Amino acid sequence: MSLFRRKVEQEFDPTQPLVATGNLGRRHAVSRVAQGVAVVAALAAVAVLVIVIWAVVSHGAKAINWTFITSGYPTGIGPYLVGTAEIVAIATLMAMPIGVLIALFLSEYAGRRWARPVQLVLDVMNGLPSIIIALFLYILIVAATKQQSGFAAAIALAIIEVPLIARGTQEVLNLVPGAQREAADALGVARWRSILTIILPAASGGIVTATLLSVARAAGETAPMLLLNSLAKGDAVQFNPFHEIPNVPVRIFQLSEEANPEGFTEAWGLSLILIAIILALGLGSRFLLNRSKRKLAR
Amino acid sequence: MLFLCCALAAFLAFVVLVLIAKEVFEGAQPAFAKFGFSFITHQEWAPPLEKFGGRGLIFGTLITSAMALLIGAPVAISIGIFLALLAPVSVRNVISPLVEMLAAVPSVILGFWGLLVLGPFLVSTVEPFLHDTFGFIPLFGAPQTTGASIFSAGLILTIMVIPIIASVTRDLFMAVPRELQDGAAALGSTRWEVIRGVVLPTTLSGMTAACLLGLGRALGEAIAVSQVIGGGTESHLSLFKTGGTMASIIALQFPSAVSALHTASLYYLAGLLLVIGVASNLLASWVGMRFGAAGGAMR
Amino acid sequence: MTIDDQTFDHPQSSNGVAPIPGRRVRIRSEPLPGAIGSPAATESAAESHVHIAPESVFEAEKVGIFYGKKQALIDVSMRIRRGQVTALIGPSGCGKTTFLRSLNRMNDSVPSFRIEGKITYHGHDIYGSGVDTVEVRRRIGMVFQKPNPFPKSIYDNVAWAPKNLGMRSGLSDRVEKALRGAALWDEVKDRLKDSALGLSGGQQQRLCIARAIAIEPDVLLLDEPASALDPIATGAIEELIHALKGRFTIVIVTHNMQQAARVADRTAFFSLETRGEKPIGSLIEFDETEKIFGSPRDPRTRDYVTGRFG
Repeated sequence: MSLFRRKVEQEFDPTQPLVATGNLGRRHAVSRVAQGVAVVAALAAVAVLVIVIWAVVSHGAKAINWTFITSGYPTGIGPYLVGTAEIVAIATLMAMPIGVLIALFLSEYAGRRWARPVQLVLDVMNGLPSIIIALFLYILIVAATKQQSGFAAAIALAIIEVPLIARGTQEVLNLVPGAQREAADALGVARWRSILTIILPAASGGIVTATLLSVARAAGETAPMLLLNSLAKGDAVQFNPFHEIPNVPVRIFQLSEEANPEGFTEAWGLSLILIAIILALGLGSRFLLNRSKRKLAR
Repeated sequence: MLFLCCALAAFLAFVVLVLIAKEVFEGAQPAFAKFGFSFITHQEWAPPLEKFGGRGLIFGTLITSAMALLIGAPVAISIGIFLALLAPVSVRNVISPLVEMLAAVPSVILGFWGLLVLGPFLVSTVEPFLHDTFGFIPLFGAPQTTGASIFSAGLILTIMVIPIIASVTRDLFMAVPRELQDGAAALGSTRWEVIRGVVLPTTLSGMTAACLLGLGRALGEAIAVSQVIGGGTESHLSLFKTGGTMASIIALQFPSAVSALHTASLYYLAGLLLVIGVASNLLASWVGMRFGAAGGAMR
Repeated sequence: MTIDDQTFDHPQSSNGVAPIPGRRVRIRSEPLPGAIGSPAATESAAESHVHIAPESVFEAEKVGIFYGKKQALIDVSMRIRRGQVTALIGPSGCGKTTFLRSLNRMNDSVPSFRIEGKITYHGHDIYGSGVDTVEVRRRIGMVFQKPNPFPKSIYDNVAWAPKNLGMRSGLSDRVEKALRGAALWDEVKDRLKDSALGLSGGQQQRLCIARAIAIEPDVLLLDEPASALDPIATGAIEELIHALKGRFTIVIVTHNMQQAARVADRTAFFSLETRGEKPIGSLIEFDETEKIFGSPRDPRTRDYVTGRFG
């Protein structure tokens, strides 16, 4: 310790009051500026959200009335709403089982060796631009049958939803306590039986959450609709999925392409309804997620 | 039995991915046969004349995405820092859902807002200001009459990538071990020094992956961009002129393609987009794996 | 909890004013009372010269600590002397780490943390208004239970804090000095640019000590620094504490009684006491280490140090 002893005076006097000494004042200033930037960035994001939502609400509210919601083209938007609900429902019915099965595969069966490639496939799928998925299904279905259809669009939405559902489900499956699995294994219960009776029920809240989030994402997807399902007129509800089904996103897109003030008003109204549904789904899923996490934590 | 179903579902996802690539490349085949790789370097895009070159659109894609990332990434990372490390829990619990709400706004609505609200605002105030102040830089040319421009498209993409990068980086920063931050704080460091010296270097790979994720989203966005960019196909140096991106031109022209070659050329663009998108995705995953280990060792 | 040894007989040192304002303390050049002579003799000498030399670094007065509604520590009063090694021992959950972390305000980041009573450092209230926590930690360094080197090179781990503090001239000498001071230099001098995460646990912990002493703090707080290490690494750390004694005032929390007996001048025994309904951590006895282990006054201390605890 002679190294230290040789030094005669230290850099600071420890008996001085505990206020900033040396360069600390300047360092605090730098820190405050950096923290200020972070606060401003967060406020800016919130401000953009508020500005967008405000524009949609203030313009959209003018358009919305009973006739607008219930009647069809040209006075109302009823068939578009019903159509979007149909397509998203079909898509989710396809995507949910597949997404959950993939999540089960990842968390229960795949070892390290298989989990990575499957995870990679999901990541790539999740990052795939929806317009490319649309082009794929255009060749596969629309060009082959020479018929646009809500069903083709639903498949596209399903491809978008699968990685979202799989990832969300996987996250809750990972929260299911290992002890529960081991207990089941120790009792000699078959793997599939313990998965179906113990693990899946425990994760059900998370599965619903992930599904709701994927529905929210799918409901606003426009590119697949535009290429696969954009020719419906919207004067009546269409229940046959193998025909064009009127839907909200395409209608908003088409109205935004026409320079027509009345059309703009209708588009704002549609936007308001769509955004309200999506945000409600988002909030609902958040609520469910918190509840199921609390349940699993217990 | 259940195992078989699970494995089958995972395999199905893989098959779909392969099929997508196969169909898109097949769709592009006629255009590839005609133009080869010179498609990438040729400028002219004239459907009636059967002339198709992707350079202007590739340029538009790159410049809008670059703008989104250059503005969006620093802002988003700042938001991530704020939410994970600075904000009290009560504030975080309010702002975090709001940021996720921004991510949930459908692109068609954002694009519609960009067309009617943001574009006119930009062209009347921001663009003239930038042109008057920085006009000597070719990027800030004379504003056009409508708000439709590469500039508005870049800003819309910025708004789209911010919540994506912000929420990923927030989770990253929250995963930085408490002990590591305490260790830095115990050395008499300010909050910012802890962030700058320990949190950011530890999460560098994750931040890079998050930005690549945002980049992938920006590159592939078709709808919102097509609403605000004005539908041009040439490359301009000025941000304030109209332009087009690969994805946006597909959305705008595919439904009314004039010829088989036109359709094939759009598939060609999609193929390029697919290659770039998958590459950035794989890169993100590789970066996360290769360089994530340093931070991961502490966890 | 009143313990004769640490009654407060010089109020001027706990009223927020240093006994001799402006006196420049030169730790390095002065012989330190704790390091020489018999502790008892030093003690009485200190008591009689109390108006001349500020003996204690910390004075805790009726300190209670809460996490939310749960009280973790009650009524702790003690004086920690300059230049000495003070050990805090006791069963787990007795609040010894909580107390240690309150000495440099590391508990501030716990949202529901609350403290009552008073802790002074050289006469200044650590929790007083206007106190700069960064300055507090600059003077009072800390080494944690689990080695937590930064994911940087060995060199950068040590150089990082001095750089922040603006100690840029002679930086590599300073790094070398700190690494030598932590008895790590010979092992790492050829691979300073390698990642610190490649070191063994014991080396990592010594690196953390080097990191802490590189900025030459006044006090070192060690929170069970050897608990995650094997016996050989533990021995190295203990040797290091001996070497650092006198250079720094050291407060060490340990659950290992032999360790306390080996390294500490004075030892404080904390335990869980049932007050009302719930057990709360409290200080049972604080004295010379030999007394605590040789002839403890309190039967609870005796039970603990002789292994008859719980």
